[in-house]
Amino acid sequence: MSGAADPELRVRALEQVLVEKGYVDPAALDAVVEIYERNVGPHNGARVVARAWCDPDYRRRLQTDSTAAIASLGYSGRGGEVIRAVENTPQVHNIVVCTLCSCYPWPVLGLPPVWYKSAPYRSRVVADPRGVLSDFGVELPDDTQIRVWDSTSEIRYLVVPLRPEGTDGWSEDALAGLVTRDSMIGAGLPTRPEGVGS
Amino acid sequence: MTPVHDMGGVAGYGPVEPEPDEPVFHAGWEKRVLALHVDLGATGVWSLDEFRLARERLAPHDYLDRSYYDTALAALERLATGHGLVGPDELAAGRSLRTGGPPPRPLSATAVADALRRGRPSARAAPRPARFSAGDTVRAIDTDPGPGRHTRLPGYVRGRAGVVTAVHGCHAFPDARAHGRGDDPQWLYSVRFRGRELWGPGADPTLSVSIDAFEPYLESAR
Repeated sequence: MSGAADPELRVRALEQVLVEKGYVDPAALDAVVEIYERNVGPHNGARVVARAWCDPDYRRRLQTDSTAAIASLGYSGRGGEVIRAVENTPQVHNIVVCTLCSCYPWPVLGLPPVWYKSAPYRSRVVADPRGVLSDFGVELPDDTQIRVWDSTSEIRYLVVPLRPEGTDGWSEDALAGLVTRDSMIGAGLPTRPEGVGS
Repeated sequence: MTPVHDMGGVAGYGPVEPEPDEPVFHAGWEKRVLALHVDLGATGVWSLDEFRLARERLAPHDYLDRSYYDTALAALERLATGHGLVGPDELAAGRSLRTGGPPPRPLSATAVADALRRGRPSARAAPRPARFSAGDTVRAIDTDPGPGRHTRLPGYVRGRAGVVTAVHGCHAFPDARAHGRGDDPQWLYSVRFRGRELWGPGADPTLSVSIDAFEPYLESAR
C-alpha cells in the first residue's frame, strides 16, 4: 500500500477509488490546486508587509491582532487560522521554522518551499540560526538578537522584515515588490532598492 | 527516545539548499496529493493531528528518504484505509471494488473557496482558567510520550526552563485528538527559551527559541 511504488501511480489509484465511491469530487481537487497555484502565495504576505511599512495605524493593528489585520486585506483560513506577525527591528531578527513537520502561514505565504520542510533546516535553525542564514547568504551583526519561532501549534508566524533604507516616498505597490518570501520567513532580507530593475 | 520527525537540534543533516525560483509543485502528482489532503481535511473525516501522526508512523528511512509529498501520500493511504473509505485491495486494483459507505459528503468545487477561507480553527471554549500568565517562569516536562504517541512538545525543550511570553487561549489538544480522544481543549502559551538553556554555554548568546506549548507540557519553575 505505502511501499516504494511510484507516487504518481499511487495517487492516481487513491483518487480514482475515492471518486468512484463518491467521497471526492475531482472538480473540487482541481479548484484546490488552482487556488494554491494562482491566488495564494507570498504576494499576499508582501501586501501585508508593505501596508505595515506605509500605514502606522495598520502596523499597530498588525501588532495587536495580526489575524484580524491580515484578514482585513482578504487573507485568512486554512493553514493560517491564527497568524501572529513578528516584527524585525534593528536589534531583533525573527526566523520561523516547524521542527516537527511543516507548519507555515498558508494564507499569506502559500505552500512551503522544499527547503523549509527539509531535515537540514528543521534540525539546525533552532540551534545555529546564523549558520542557516549563511546558507542563504545572509549575515547579521554579531549583537543582533535572534528569535526563532518553532511553529508547534496551529498558530502560524509571519516575519515583518525591516523596511529597506532608501525607500522613502515609495508607493505601497513598489514596496511590496521588495518583499521576498524568504524575508517573511526570516531566512532572507527584502530586496534592496538598488536591486530593482526600473 | 526521539522519533525521526522531531528534528530540532539533531546534528549531521548538512547545509540548507534553497532552490532558486522554486515552482509551487515539482510534479503533477504532487498537486493531486495536496488537493486530496486539503479536500479530505475540509470534509472533517480526520483531524490534522491524525494526519500528522500517520506521517510520523512511517519508518524512519521512509520519512527521511521519500519526498514530503510522497510521505503525505503514504499518510493519506493509511488514513483512507484506516477510516474505511478505501480498501488496500482497491488501492492495489486502482478502482473501487465495493460501493461506498455513508458520508463524508464530497466537497463540491463551488464550496472549495469558502471552505479554505473558513479553515479549520483549533480554538475552543476554555473549560477552566489558565494556570500560567505572561511573565511566569515555567519548565517543560521531561516525560517521553512513548513510542507511537503524538505530541507537539519538541524533544529539545524537554526539562528546560523558559518564560511565558503570551497566552493564546484554549485550543484542541493534539496529543488527544491525534488518537481519536476528542478535542480535550487546553490552554496554549508562547514560551521563550534562551539558547544557552537549550544548548549549553557554547550556544549563540543572542539566540532565543519560542515554542507554542500546551498547558500539560509545562510545570511551574518558581
